[in-house]
Amino acid sequence: MPDTLTKDAPAPAVEAATPAPDKARSLWGHAWRDLRRNPYFIVSALLIVLLLVITAWPGLFTGASPRRADLANHYLGEPNWGHFFQTDWFGYDKQGRSIYARLIYGTRASVLVGISVTALVVFFGGLVGLVAGYFGGWVDAVLSRVIDIFLGIPFLLGAMVVMQAFTDRKWWMVSLALAFLGWTQIARVMRGSVITVKQADYVQAAKALGASTPRIMLRHILPNALAPVIVVATIALGTYITAEATLSYLGLGLSDPAVSWGLDISQGADNLRNAPHTLMAPAVMLSICVLAFIMLGEAVRNALDPKLR
Amino acid sequence: MRGAKSAKWVAGAIAVGLAATACGGSSDSGSGGGEVDPNGIFKMQGGEPQNPLVPTSTMETNGAYIAMTVFDQLTGYDSKGKLTMENAESVESKDNKTWTVKLKPDYTFHDGTPVTSDSYVDAWNWAANPKNNQTQASWFSDIKGFADVHPEKGDPKADKLAGLKVVDDTTFTIELNNPMPAFAYKLGYYAFSPQPKSFYKDPKAAGQKPVGNGAYKFVSWEHNKQIEIKKYAKYQGPNQAKNGGVIFKNYTKLEAAYEDLQSGNVDSMTQLAPRDLAKYKDDLGDRAIDQPYSATQTIVPAFYGKQFKDVDPKVLQGLSMAIDRDTITKTVLQGTRVPATGFVPSTVFGYQKNAAGDVTKYNPKKAKQLIKAGGGVPQNKISIQYNADGGHKEWVDAVCNSIRQAVKVECTGAAKTTFQADTKARDAKEVKSMYRSGWVQDYPLNMNFMQDLYGTGRAGNQSDFSSKKVDDMMAKADSAKDLDASVKAYQQVEKELVKEMPAIPLWDQKVNSGYSENVQNVEFDQHGDPVFHQVEVLKK
Amino acid sequence: MGRYVVRRLLQMIPVFVGTTLLIFLMAYTLPGDPVRAMFGDRGADPATLAHIRHDLGLDQPLIKQYWDYLTGMVLHGDFGTQIQSGRPVTDVLSDAFPVSMRLALIAFGIELVLGLALGIVSGLKAGKLRDNVVLLLTLLLISVPVFVLGFLFKWLFANQLGWVTPNVQDSMSVSELFLPATVLAALSLAYVARLTRTSIAENLRADYMRTAVAKGLPRRRVVGVHLMRNSLIPVVTFLGYDIGSLMAGAVVTEGMFNVKGVGYYLFDAIQRQEGTTVVGLVTVMVLIYLAASLIVDLLYAVLDPRIRYA
Repeated sequence: MPDTLTKDAPAPAVEAATPAPDKARSLWGHAWRDLRRNPYFIVSALLIVLLLVITAWPGLFTGASPRRADLANHYLGEPNWGHFFQTDWFGYDKQGRSIYARLIYGTRASVLVGISVTALVVFFGGLVGLVAGYFGGWVDAVLSRVIDIFLGIPFLLGAMVVMQAFTDRKWWMVSLALAFLGWTQIARVMRGSVITVKQADYVQAAKALGASTPRIMLRHILPNALAPVIVVATIALGTYITAEATLSYLGLGLSDPAVSWGLDISQGADNLRNAPHTLMAPAVMLSICVLAFIMLGEAVRNALDPKLR
Repeated sequence: MRGAKSAKWVAGAIAVGLAATACGGSSDSGSGGGEVDPNGIFKMQGGEPQNPLVPTSTMETNGAYIAMTVFDQLTGYDSKGKLTMENAESVESKDNKTWTVKLKPDYTFHDGTPVTSDSYVDAWNWAANPKNNQTQASWFSDIKGFADVHPEKGDPKADKLAGLKVVDDTTFTIELNNPMPAFAYKLGYYAFSPQPKSFYKDPKAAGQKPVGNGAYKFVSWEHNKQIEIKKYAKYQGPNQAKNGGVIFKNYTKLEAAYEDLQSGNVDSMTQLAPRDLAKYKDDLGDRAIDQPYSATQTIVPAFYGKQFKDVDPKVLQGLSMAIDRDTITKTVLQGTRVPATGFVPSTVFGYQKNAAGDVTKYNPKKAKQLIKAGGGVPQNKISIQYNADGGHKEWVDAVCNSIRQAVKVECTGAAKTTFQADTKARDAKEVKSMYRSGWVQDYPLNMNFMQDLYGTGRAGNQSDFSSKKVDDMMAKADSAKDLDASVKAYQQVEKELVKEMPAIPLWDQKVNSGYSENVQNVEFDQHGDPVFHQVEVLKK
Repeated sequence: MGRYVVRRLLQMIPVFVGTTLLIFLMAYTLPGDPVRAMFGDRGADPATLAHIRHDLGLDQPLIKQYWDYLTGMVLHGDFGTQIQSGRPVTDVLSDAFPVSMRLALIAFGIELVLGLALGIVSGLKAGKLRDNVVLLLTLLLISVPVFVLGFLFKWLFANQLGWVTPNVQDSMSVSELFLPATVLAALSLAYVARLTRTSIAENLRADYMRTAVAKGLPRRRVVGVHLMRNSLIPVVTFLGYDIGSLMAGAVVTEGMFNVKGVGYYLFDAIQRQEGTTVVGLVTVMVLIYLAASLIVDLLYAVLDPRIRYA
């Protein structure tokens, strides 16, 4: 996926879904009712809650340390499938570390990066999109060109070059690098959405009544332009998690002593032939995590976009 | 001089490779097989050389192979580390300072012109001149007058090395700045290659199509595909090729080369990928190669930094004993290294068994005691800097895990993304705790693994280690009456180093490779490089 | 139309300059010194170092370097010189792009055929079981990272089944490129399928469809002409952008399967800090991206009669 991360998740229908204000409350209400009945939503929400709990309290799930290494006894140790939640459940990696413990502790990096990048991107990208869409004219022209410039640089490649500049790489550096190159997607969606909302009668009415620009932007436009942004952002969250794993896999993401699925996957790759479990376990875990967020995004999109029903 | 070919460790993206090989020569099993075809061409796994093919500007493996085969040097050495003559009839000195070189009269370049004293002297003068951008220029720094030709800053004050004097067509003299008993060994390195007259007309073109004086003639370089060399019919030297030529096939993945080796599409390779190490001996049987060569790996404390400035060597001995070398080399490194027992690898002249005694043996209990006795590790925390593009991560992690668990000192690997970033931090003395260091021999003598690495202010001494006692012992050894005495004196230096611990020795490199059913007599030298001219191609 | 094209071309100039400048700055602020790296593990000798830097113009102020680079490129088609090998960067470009182009085209073909097929199948039966199966499949494809999928395929098809060699030996061989192309296509394939499905499901309910059916046109014609023509507009947009990004960003796939295309050389150049090579490769990619987006917008006008560019 990261190969082509630059492309926007197709969200063409979403803009049309931007509601009029009086319907806004009922839109969110409808959406919630819709969501509660959607099996995709239920499954993904449960998964995400679980991931969040693991992120906050990994110690609850395993007593083992992800850094405890025993080469003499556990070099590439085979999984012991019956041993649920035990240290040797998924076997041991090349350093003789418990793969299960590393799966649990690796969750934190992925979830933190995913959430923080999304927050950064929604805030800054959203701001640029809001300003460009609302003011139009030369402001829009300039900001749109800036967006184009960033869009011209492939997301992953740009992140690789940026990450090359750091050596002692922490999760927040990865987040900043990804946000630096990833904000354009949200900015574009927000801009389109704001342009649509701007023409609505109630905005014109508020203007005529002499409401201040910040007030119009924050109270009238923003809430009503947010729906497509939320959809795109939720799906993007999954792709950011993938991006972190990809960078770590390439040796440009998190560094020791951080525990990251991407790091473990790249290490496991060397032993694909004689110990596939060292690769498969973190790979499956990563995929499940990404799937959870993408499914959530799908469910939210369906709920917010009546046309798709 | 630090690692003649040490840029090998970088060798681009395939990196895993740490490349290289070595000479033991125990490897050939070439007995069986069929008839040998003296004109048979064999295929060697190679890669795209990073630099033009001028011996003084190429350092990494792929370029080095061409320089080594297309050019002959004045001297060479055999598998026991004994000096031999190649293009030189004799290289002699009475005071180890002024050397007289006599050339063999019948050597010619591949363009037919004779190799004369000028061929060497002009080539060295040209390479030493900073205007010609030769990265190996500093190899000539021992020669008198180098500072004028190659000043630290500004334009050269002279364009000829004052120490080089042509006596006649086949004789010239080299005057050095200081006496150097091992200088004749140094001349075996390919940076001291000659160049024909035609070279100076267009050095750029020569970088794409070198004309040398060696056993092989350069044929073609298809970028990113292959390089071909073939036997030079008029070659008169000692390295007469037993095959018709070599094609260096470009591979970016060692795994792919190994697949081809098994199917006979390539005949030998430099080093196996980690993935294939587990099975290659079963796959290849007696065509597998597994032998040590003269390269060491150490971790070095940055003595200029706060942490290790005044450290008690006992602490370093303790850390050394906290590393389970046997298990790590067997598991994580899959038998590609031999645990070190001293500072000198087993393949060089002057190696002594078990020089480090207990210090390189895993013993957590004693390790703890030593560290405690030495006042503990400052901050109780170390990190090991390494370059992530060289395949070092796995063993650095394993070493750290071993230390952390044996003596409860926190240890992490500090990865610099590339070799470039790693060396930059080392040059600028920015390493905070420790760094990994590798050294490939320049010449097969024990002093080569101590002198430049641990002498105060030496080129390879990047940690600012300084001990008066060690310096004095080295100075004495350098002025010994002959080479044997010098080597003996250096054995004492090695014992002293174990007490002072300028570095923690880890292990020595091995060649893990093999060859196809098309060839026999494949051997690797002490540098870890294949001995190309000895390979025999079987008739099909 | 003509005026629109001219305006778009003019707009591209600042974007082109901005993107190349950005990547130039990023590439040149990398830590580590590629010139120093030529000396390997040995200490660099300062005189030679300074001289090489001077010859390459690396001692100039950054903005001057950029200006020289830009003018050299635009006026003479000169993309600079590789630092270590001294060969022109255009050599790398002409090695890399044909390979990536081939890989991208194969991937594009797979994506087009399978993506459209899946999308049409599920779009015509929106809400039914078939639709849900396709939905789940595409979600999985979107979620599984490329390198995971790549290893999975390698392990399955090369190590377990032995159908292919795990690494590509000849980067120009179509049959060898098939596996990496499939991996590369997987994500886009899922997007194409989703997009087609949504678009078809929507248009099925559109008035013109009802009209067409009411006119008594045969179903085949209704679906084949009316429905497809209108439903495929957003898909074409996506495909247009995608062919650019397929070519551009196959870093992981190319690296994994040893395909020596753009992604492979870029990763190598980033690692070796060959600034000129990085900038050269990315510049050509930016050009492709800009051209693709222009063509997509023009295609739009051709396909959708409602859109007319003044």
